[in-house]
Amino acid sequence: MAIEVRIPTILRTYTDGQKVVEGKGETLAGLLEDLDGRHPGLRGRLVTEDGGLHRFVNVYVNDEDVRFLGGLETALNDGDSVTVLPAVAGG
Amino acid sequence: MPGPALTNLKRVLTLPRAMLDAIVAHARRDHPDECCGVVAGRDGTATRMFEMENAERSPTGFTFDSAEWLKVYRDIDDADEELLVVYHSHTMTEAYPSRTDIRWSVNTPGTSWLLVSTREPADEIRSFRIEAGEVSEEEIRVT
Repeated sequence: MAIEVRIPTILRTYTDGQKVVEGKGETLAGLLEDLDGRHPGLRGRLVTEDGGLHRFVNVYVNDEDVRFLGGLETALNDGDSVTVLPAVAGG
Repeated sequence: MPGPALTNLKRVLTLPRAMLDAIVAHARRDHPDECCGVVAGRDGTATRMFEMENAERSPTGFTFDSAEWLKVYRDIDDADEELLVVYHSHTMTEAYPSRTDIRWSVNTPGTSWLLVSTREPADEIRSFRIEAGEVSEEEIRVT
């Protein structure tokens, strides 16, 4: 069983327009590596060059913001659901 | 033949009076902190508004609370509606997108950025499109 990943409209250019993709990984970081193989560029929009989660996106595992879990090291299990959303902020 | 440049088209944001009043009331209520929220729509017509929590609770910035944003986004998506407007207030400066607003607006392409200024002496409400860092004002038409 795989992990379902919901992709927001602005990132669907990396998934051929698909709203939901599937991947595998024991952690969020692993899942993003796996996804990047089939959807090149997607990981680069979520992870910064120094390996942190980009502040322009929110990533949720089973509806929990991973910033309040383990960030990119958040453990994943088969059947988990990951949702990516653009963060909305301003000044 | 290519059409006219998008920036030459006069854009209009149409909002019901009650919704606009509710946005201003939200801005006044949260003053001196910035308020924020969204308006959902269908085929460009406003249907619902959502007052959001400003996770920063700050007079100089706003961030949608991430848990609340997930719920609202899903609600809009499930109803086959679209994100029409992102609104927020400025409490000490004019109702014009800040550099921070312009930087973040890339995350919400195709939406109007509605700003309310709650600084004295009078409320100011203006709406903008921000595309590739370029700000263009649009008319707010009240129905």
